[in-house]
Amino acid sequence: MFTDEMRSQIEGAALPELTRQQLLAALEGRDVTEEQFRKIMDGVHAEYRSTRIEPLEAVGVIAAQSIGEPGTQMTMRTFHYAGVAEINVTLGLPRLIEIMDARKEPSTPTMTIYLSPEYNNDRDKARMVSWQIEAAPLHEFGDITTDMENMQVLVHVNEAVLAKRKISMDVIAETAQRKIRERRHYRDFDAEVNAAEHVIVFTPKDQEKYQNLFQLAEHVRNVIVQGIDDIERVVVRKESGEYILYTEGSNLKDVFEVAGVDTTRTRTNNISEIAQVLGIEAARNAIMAEALSTLSEQGIKVDVRHIMLVADMMCMDGEVKQIGRHGIAGEKESVLSRAAFEVTVNHLLDAAVANEVDELNGVTENVIVGQPIQLGTGDVKLIAKPRT
Amino acid sequence: MSVRINVLDHVMVPNHQVMSEEEVQNLLRRYDITFDQLPRIYHDDPGVRQVNGKVGDVIRIVRKSQTAGIAEAYRLVVRRPKK
Repeated sequence: MFTDEMRSQIEGAALPELTRQQLLAALEGRDVTEEQFRKIMDGVHAEYRSTRIEPLEAVGVIAAQSIGEPGTQMTMRTFHYAGVAEINVTLGLPRLIEIMDARKEPSTPTMTIYLSPEYNNDRDKARMVSWQIEAAPLHEFGDITTDMENMQVLVHVNEAVLAKRKISMDVIAETAQRKIRERRHYRDFDAEVNAAEHVIVFTPKDQEKYQNLFQLAEHVRNVIVQGIDDIERVVVRKESGEYILYTEGSNLKDVFEVAGVDTTRTRTNNISEIAQVLGIEAARNAIMAEALSTLSEQGIKVDVRHIMLVADMMCMDGEVKQIGRHGIAGEKESVLSRAAFEVTVNHLLDAAVANEVDELNGVTENVIVGQPIQLGTGDVKLIAKPRT
Repeated sequence: MSVRINVLDHVMVPNHQVMSEEEVQNLLRRYDITFDQLPRIYHDDPGVRQVNGKVGDVIRIVRKSQTAGIAEAYRLVVRRPKK
């Protein structure tokens, strides 16, 4: 009989949560004697101990090799249309490099926006949310004409578009003026709304030069009046029974404030943005998820543990650091170790000027000076006791 | 930010908890380490702010792990250095 006593013994065992659960699931409802149970527990404990990494194992080198070797088999340059939707995403080796380099912005930022339950099963409602997100320049709302005679830029707003996009004339006129001033830093103009004829009239302050008029027309045409500036395109797709928005461009903070967005699942491929909005632990998860999906998309299997180690190292100090000379490798204690990596002369010169001392605690430094390294058996010191 | 969302609700954010003095002492004893050997987290990190962590606190992070099921990690709250 599988008793409660055994159950609580498993729950209290010094094993990982996953192992405990698997053990419980396997034993539930089975006939086990005291004797057999003891054997099982001993066996599981022994197996667990043997799978643990040994002290002084060079896990970093193993992780580097385990990610590096499959990396050589990756496609050098792939611009994929992400399988789903027509959204262009960098994949393969360039993307992996981007993740490890902790770039401030990926070359193809994209978001996957989940919607809250009231919105996610109705195409029209999903579309409504997408209009709040997709950046729409003023020229999408109607015809824009430049009146050279009267030195004016006229926007003939199309009412049908307004109704479709659920936005009022006043809001558009107001946002257009504010955004041209604040975002585009162009201030020498006046604007007037003619609500009856659905026209917004922009006039440059300087009436002397045509150049001003054309400049103004350019600003008016492209000013973003609805949506979030960084998000250039939104695609609505139905996936596993709910509508999801895919975007080109990313702005997690602003998207979170749009009504109808599920703020518990929405994600971006911009890791530094995740670190800013959701914190360092989320960034760690994002690095792992992005690296893993980039690798598996190419049919390469790398054990998560290696990627976990990399992500842990990158997020160790509270911010996302790149693997390389401006991050982890550049902040090593030892001068020789840093010099061995990149820009050798600079490091040696700076160290000499600053009178730095190398304690020779690490691996690289000891290889350089020709001493045993403190890894594996290299760390064990045996002293023979002479028999008398 | 106008509407403050609870970042801990997000699927990518693991649970953060401020540890008590006693728990911290036990932790340091268990691993035989000092404070500055702990990984760090900045005081203005969204996760820390959500649980009202102060500089010098230790945060326990209960991660969902693909290998172990549940894994605990610890981070020391430090002030974000000025650029």
